[in-house]
Amino acid sequence: MARNEELAKTVQSQLPIYPEQASNFAPQVDALMLFITGICVFFAAGVTVAIVVFFFKYRRKTPDAVGITIEEDARLEALWMIVPLILSMAMFGWGAVVYVDYRNVPRDTLDIYVIGKQWMWKAQQPNGLKEINECHVPVGRNIRLILSSEDVIHDFFVPAFRVKMDVVPGHYNTMWFRPTKPGRYHFFCSQYCGTNHALMGGWVTVMEPSDYAAWLSGSAAGNANPVVAGEKLFAEKACSTCHVANGTGRSPSLNGVYGAQVLLADGSIVVADEAYIRESILQPNAKIVAGYQPLMPTFQGQLTEEQIFALIAYIKSLQSQPVPATGAGIAPPTGKR
Amino acid sequence: MSTPPTPVRELPHKHYLNATYGAGLRSWLLTTDHKRIALLYLASVTVFFFIGGVLATMIRIHLLTPGGALVTPETYNKLFTMHGVAMIFFFLIPSIPAVFGNFLIPLMIGAKDLAFPKINLLSWYIYVIGGCFVLYSFGTGGLDTGWTFYTPLSSVYSNSAVTPAVLGIFINGFSSILTGLNFIVTIHTMRAPGMTWFRLPLFVWAHYATSLVMILGTPVVAITLLLAGLERMFHLGFFNPALGGDPILFQHLFWFYSHPAVYIMILPAMGVISEIIPTFARKPIFGYAFIAGSSIAIAVIGFLVWAHHMFVTGESTYAALTFSFLSYLVAIPSAVKVFNWTSTLYKGSISWDPPMIYALGFIGLFVIGGLTGLFLACLGLDIHIHDTYFVVAHFHYIMVGGAVMGYVGGLHFWWPKITGRLYPRALSRFAAVVLFIGFNLTFFPQFILGYLGMPRRYHTYPPEFQVLNVLSTAGASILALGYLLPMSYLTWSMRYGRVAGQNPWPATGLEWKTDSPPLTENFEVTPVVTWEPYDFKNRPDLGLATGTPLPAPALGDD
Repeated sequence: MARNEELAKTVQSQLPIYPEQASNFAPQVDALMLFITGICVFFAAGVTVAIVVFFFKYRRKTPDAVGITIEEDARLEALWMIVPLILSMAMFGWGAVVYVDYRNVPRDTLDIYVIGKQWMWKAQQPNGLKEINECHVPVGRNIRLILSSEDVIHDFFVPAFRVKMDVVPGHYNTMWFRPTKPGRYHFFCSQYCGTNHALMGGWVTVMEPSDYAAWLSGSAAGNANPVVAGEKLFAEKACSTCHVANGTGRSPSLNGVYGAQVLLADGSIVVADEAYIRESILQPNAKIVAGYQPLMPTFQGQLTEEQIFALIAYIKSLQSQPVPATGAGIAPPTGKR
Repeated sequence: MSTPPTPVRELPHKHYLNATYGAGLRSWLLTTDHKRIALLYLASVTVFFFIGGVLATMIRIHLLTPGGALVTPETYNKLFTMHGVAMIFFFLIPSIPAVFGNFLIPLMIGAKDLAFPKINLLSWYIYVIGGCFVLYSFGTGGLDTGWTFYTPLSSVYSNSAVTPAVLGIFINGFSSILTGLNFIVTIHTMRAPGMTWFRLPLFVWAHYATSLVMILGTPVVAITLLLAGLERMFHLGFFNPALGGDPILFQHLFWFYSHPAVYIMILPAMGVISEIIPTFARKPIFGYAFIAGSSIAIAVIGFLVWAHHMFVTGESTYAALTFSFLSYLVAIPSAVKVFNWTSTLYKGSISWDPPMIYALGFIGLFVIGGLTGLFLACLGLDIHIHDTYFVVAHFHYIMVGGAVMGYVGGLHFWWPKITGRLYPRALSRFAAVVLFIGFNLTFFPQFILGYLGMPRRYHTYPPEFQVLNVLSTAGASILALGYLLPMSYLTWSMRYGRVAGQNPWPATGLEWKTDSPPLTENFEVTPVVTWEPYDFKNRPDLGLATGTPLPAPALGDD
């Protein structure tokens, strides 16, 4: 047994056939890969063996010989429709389980904002620390990346984690993973984005939590704290004139709004996540909070992606502020995350 | 190989190639004969295949070293974009339908021509005009958007000649639509007496299904690319978020056609294989109705799977689940075809003639291509292998391993009918084996590269990927030889090949009951069909050992 594992290790180090497993998803995806490969090799081998055997066994004996007609059999046809159908449904189901897990982000995440632009990546840690083509994360923690693009579509892909997500201009996409092994892992842009697409990559560094904390505090984050920057912007852009904290303004108070449910004018309810807040800044009229007039001007084209991040960070920080009895955008009952 | 002393045959005195409608070139450029138009297409798709092939060769040479051995990043991006555009829109999509479909559908159903001969010629001219626009784009700055033209890269950020290319593909779309329309009307209205729907060759069924996709899907991609062009030229905001558009909308519209387009490429090839297998196994195809029905099923379900190209765009989880489920469904009719082809070989009288070698190569490659589709349809796995070399390998197995192998196999099968002459047997079997080996060596390593995480469309890559890239490039050089061989001996045979006669294999279709090459009018008198498809037993005209006492009479009863 140990020898087998050693052999596998040697093969893997010399001519690898799968990348390193360094996240919670990696073993799941690899198991899925093995399962589907097994079924497919079985069918491919079956068809190949049948063809080769028939090819030699029934080779034409005399130039004018004809084959023996075989009556078709509906039961046989049904069999080879139903068996592949069952097996493919198994593949579908298992794949769906992994995917749904991947798309449903857990609650206790460490959030890192990632911006893609031709042809570099910027990552911003929760304390505002910015990195270029690098991203440091602690091992064992659920990490959520909030992805946005300043120009074309990019894609953040970490083979060792077996995850990727497109970075689409005008959208916030999120992806998550839990690193399981400290180390440095390649990440790539895997959506073709123009001339230097192939150079648009970097390294994810997975660190022990204590090392990560030391690294975070050791680097001078200073006044780059996004909450501070966002608060400043909130005043500069005159957001605070209408979004008054105590709920007496012309627009809803933003206290406690992040992660809560918001009742809209059309009666529907949305969760105030990053994508909703971003949309409300850029296209204020897309979703109007119930009881309010569409007064807010658009900030499309007036804020950089980083400024939007800062505003969202500030609004997130208001989560703990007291929610006024009237004038809040939150739908009753407040369903906080 | 020297020929044994057989009676020297001669070509018929009068046939479509030597019939004169006027002088020389004019008789070709103004022809409305479906067979001559097919040859016009054959010549023009070969030009694009050659362009695409040269570009592919340059790509593979460039990727020999991690840093990129040949060209700058800009040029590399143009190479793979132009390779894709030339191969997909101007070779693969028209290849089998416009060449063999045009040539054979009227012959197979016992008609004198297609329903609209002038429209048929028009569609070739539209193809040529579209092609010229695209070549103009290639020549003046090239194209670097990827063949998928994803916005806003194509509509805003690219500095290459996007507009003429998009217009060229828009124009070319009409050629496809007209051809599809022509086929559908012809198959409905011009079948010879006795040629019922269930006596149609499976090649015709496959083309019927393909034509449905052509006329329903092509308008969508034409409009989509036109919108991208309008956004680029006049800054109308359809897809650019800065103008209020949505780039994801482009992908929905684009793949609504471009996924079914894969079936435009593979269904006709499946049709070719369904002709070759019973002919060279010399027995009726197993499960005729299931193979015919599966073509229609693929065409219909194929329209409902497009968003499986978008599992990692952030589309809703429910959409992803739906499209993954439907993608698994579309695998079933393909599996049905493979099982039926394999069963047809059972107790056959199998000859090792060149078309059969190509057909078996097709099955081998198509099986790998089809099965690896199951990996990509799997949601959990796709988040890792999406947009990697795994995808590149998968679709080349389908489109080159499948569609091109079917095309070359079809060329070998019907070449005697088209030209009236045979080609060197041993050399052509050797070429089929070279193609098969070269293809696998080129593309199989790419599955592993993809799983290891090498993204597609990279002009440079980390050094750990080099070994597999070198293998792939080595395979590509063998593959190139595999294509040059048939090109040369088929050309040689047009003049020097042995005369084939009406039905050299022999095969059961109506196209083999007329001269090789056929008359301009196809048949002296309209044939009447009294036999079932692929029936070798009740066809004394084929000169075979009908009713040969063979064992197992209970099963052999017809």
